Formats: sequence, C-alpha cells, structure tokens
Amino acid sequence: MSEEEDEIILSELDDNDLVQQMFDDLYDGLKEEIEEGVNILLERNWEPYRILTEALVGGMTIVGRDFRDGILFVPEVLLAANAMKGGMAILKPLLIETGAPRVGKMVIGTVKGDIHDIGKNLVGMMMEGAGFEVVDLGINNAVDAYIDTAKSEGADIVGMSALLTTTMPYMKVVIDTMVEQGIRDDYIVLVGGAPLNEEFGRAIGADAYCRDAAVAVETAKEFIARKHNQMAAG
Amino acid sequence: MTNPLTKLLSERDWLMTDGATGTNLFNMGLESGEPPEFWNVDERAKIVSLYKGAVDAGSDIFLTNSFGANASRLKLHKAEDRAFELSRISAEIGREIADQAGRTVIVAGSVGPTGAIMKPVGDLGHAEAVAMFEETAKGLKAGGADVLWLETISAPEEFRAAAEGFANAEMDWCGTMSFDTAGRTMMGLTSADMVQLVESLPNPPIGFGANCGVGASDLLRTVLGFSAQGTERPIIAKGNAGIPKFIEGHIHYDGTPDLMAEYAILARDCGARIIGGCCGTMPEHLRAMREALETRPKGQRPSLEIITEKLGGFSSDNDGTGADKPAARPRRRRARG
Repeated sequence: MSEEEDEIILSELDDNDLVQQMFDDLYDGLKEEIEEGVNILLERNWEPYRILTEALVGGMTIVGRDFRDGILFVPEVLLAANAMKGGMAILKPLLIETGAPRVGKMVIGTVKGDIHDIGKNLVGMMMEGAGFEVVDLGINNAVDAYIDTAKSEGADIVGMSALLTTTMPYMKVVIDTMVEQGIRDDYIVLVGGAPLNEEFGRAIGADAYCRDAAVAVETAKEFIARKHNQMAAG
Repeated sequence: MTNPLTKLLSERDWLMTDGATGTNLFNMGLESGEPPEFWNVDERAKIVSLYKGAVDAGSDIFLTNSFGANASRLKLHKAEDRAFELSRISAEIGREIADQAGRTVIVAGSVGPTGAIMKPVGDLGHAEAVAMFEETAKGLKAGGADVLWLETISAPEEFRAAAEGFANAEMDWCGTMSFDTAGRTMMGLTSADMVQLVESLPNPPIGFGANCGVGASDLLRTVLGFSAQGTERPIIAKGNAGIPKFIEGHIHYDGTPDLMAEYAILARDCGARIIGGCCGTMPEHLRAMREALETRPKGQRPSLEIITEKLGGFSSDNDGTGADKPAARPRRRRARG
C-alpha cells in the first residue's frame, strides 16, 4: 500500500467527489474529516441546508440502509452518527439563521423501568441524520414526561423504546393516557425495541412499530408527508 | 472441589434449565417498569413460587431473580446500593428451594447486562464494569449460588468484563449472548465469533450459548453455528417461546408447549447439552420439553430446512457466518494521520 496514493486532500476534490468522499467518511465514522468537509463546502458557498441534505443526510442514508440489511451493526452506526454530529454542530446555528425548512420534531425516550437506551439513541441520531429535530428524554420515562414534553415542544412525533419484556407493556399506558386526554391523534406515535413486533405495535394502538433506526426514519418521513397532505386537503 | 454443574454434566447427556422470569412474574402481578429484583424482599412467596414452578416442571438448573441486580440498572430505581443484597437474597431463596428438591438442582445466579455501552463507543469503562459484575457475583455467591449465569449480553467487551468480575469473586460460570440482529448480536458478533471469544478468556465458562433473541428457529441456527466450530464446551440453548403478542392487556408468547418440546429435541440434535426457554416459557412448556427430552431419542444434526419446517422461518437470510454474507460498501482507502 502506497502512502501517497492513499492520501486524500479534501480541499482538492471537486464538489461531486468531495460529497462522495464524505459519504465514505461518514460510513467509516471519521468525525474530523466530516467537519473539514462541511467547512470546505461552506467556503464554496453551499447553503447550509444543501450541505445537510446532500452530504450528511445522503451519507447517513447509506449507513442506515446497510444497518437495515445487516451489513453494519451498532458500533459502526454509533461512530457514523458521531461523525455526523460533528458536521451538524457546525451547521445547526447556520440552519437556524438561514431559516431552513423544518422537517419535523420528535420527542423520544425509553419507557419507565428501562435503562437500555442504545436503540433509542440510534433512532435519535438517525432522525437527526435525516434532518428531524429530536428532543431526547433519556431513560426511564413515565407517561407525564412524554405527554408534557410533546405538548411544550410542539412535537409531531412521540417515540418510545423498550428492550425488556418487563417494560414494553408500559407503552400502552402512555398511549391509553393520550387517548384519555383526547390528544392521541395530535401525534404520530412510533414504538420500537428488540422484543416488539408489528402486531404488538398495532395491539397497543401505536401508529407504527419500527424494526430499526433506518425503518424509523423512513416511517417518520412517510407519516409526516401524510400529515402535510391531510393539512393541505383540508 | 468440582462444581455441582460440572459433576451433573459428567453424569448426564443433557440438562434442562428453566424458562422465563419476567413473563412468569407478570402473571403474578408485577407491573411494567417495576424492578423484579425488589420482589426478592417484598414478595418473597412469589419468588419461591417462581423457582418451584421450574423445579416441579423438571428443570435441573434454574436462574435466580437477579437479572437486573447490578448497580447500573438499580440506579434507575435509586437502589444502586442494593446490588449485593438483592443478589444475595435471590440466591438464598434459590438455595432453599434447590435443597428441598430431593435431587440435584443447580442454583444459577443470573447476571444480566449493565445496560450501558462500553468504551470506546460508549461511556462505561472496563474497570467500572468489572467492579459492578464482581459486586453482583459476590452477592450471589454469599447467597449460595452454585454457579453464575451471565445472559442476554451483546457486546464482547461486556462479556469479558463480566468474566473478570466472576474471576475476582472466584466463581464458576456459564454465559450466553442474544443473537437478535440478522443472526448476530446487536453489536455484530456472530456465533463463530462467540466461540473464539469464549476460548480466549483466562477463566472460560463451564458452558456457553445463546438466549432470548428472535425466535426458536433463529436460536437453533446460532447453536448450529457454535457446533460448526467444533467446540467441546457444553452449549446452552435458551430460546423464547415464540413471538410476543399483546392480548387483553397482557403479553402472551405464541409458542405452544408442543412447539417448545419440538424445539428442545431439535436443540439437542443441534448439539446443545443444556436446554431451556427464555421469555414466554412457562412451567407447562418446561414439562412438555422435559417429557420430550426423556422419551424421544437423540437424532441427526438437523439441516436449516428441517428447522424451518418444524419451527418456522428465520428472521434473516443468513447469520453472518459462511461465504454468502452481505458485503460492506466499497470505499476509497484513506490513511489517517
């Protein structure tokens, strides 16, 4: 292996090659390289929103797809998400400044009694990777934490995660309370976690069960689009 | 002194473990989100009944109610200082039940994951994890557990940390991981990887294997993966009783006792010597499994087709072993300075 051939100078790549290289670097979880790529694109007068969607979201879509297909696993995805976060930290203030379009807002947390936040973190990161705003409630959330935060944040989506058979039924408690308060239809409710399945999601009254973080992103986009269509229709 | 589990393994071709802890406790009134380990003190009679359910159904080994009795998980309930105590009491109750059984029954001290991700990807350091596992292990030892039983682990780092904690507590152990993501653990470990991991430890477990995961079929594919490595170490199969369904406010697993009996036979044919259930496995399942193991002869190692035919399909096309595993995206190599 020749060192010289392997050396890649990001600033010498044209826009197209640079974005392709950023896809590779996100895939390999190289945070500094992603930050450098974002800064170069900004210097080249790319709109922050364009950098987000074309370079970062584009790259994370590939990561999400390979995660869904059992090619990448949690450690690689966490590293990729961490690299993405580095790029987002640069873009976030600029996105607000330039009034970039809002994709949607999600409140997410593991349910009461459940400490296992790996899946929840992955979903949060991939949702951010897809341009959503994410309010992370952390672990061990009682029904009030979900509902109060969803209201105060004006969220579109409530996401609940559970890894244990002893904690997954609590999701129904949250949904039942939303129904009682007459606010169930104000939110898209997505659930996930290793012991769950589609049928369980339906039985407890969630809008959808999401098998993994990549599916969560696809599902969220679909529901948000549907919501916008409904609003446009009437 | 020879560990009672090692002795039993030298006398018998197969042993049966217990079934579910959570599912059984729910049926006794545990509420979702409540830590089951508190019941060791607050609802002792129900824990006695949990253990007795397994022993009376014919289990040779049962696991203590201490899956979440580590400082990291108990912290959630502001009980991080109770890891030793709750572990000890779970084993004390177990010792009492086992000693009344009238035959050798092994008290296996359950040790579950910390729930945290270890460094470098996560925040939990090795020494910190070792200390937590050691504390739980010492509690279980003080309560009279015969052996420790690490279960539902997905990260190799955490498996190693637990082994070190157990060595510090001078306890023999068994260890299983959950293969729930395309035939691998959540962290990407394959069945073949686990065999290597186990043999690389300075204090390898008495037995190793798989628990929980997706369904009985997937679990047996994993067991076949262990066997294919030519390991001599006893293999453990502890699969779920089917898939969870939510019916009238409760979780039910759709695996019938007959299906679990079929699973137990196939698990033995796949090379497992310690066979039991996990989530959804109730005493009636265990009884059917025991009867099948006692009355039906050991058969040939089954093919994947036979497993599918008898227990249903797999959750993914392959399990990351063999040549047909999917390839990662080709990338330009780069030298990191």
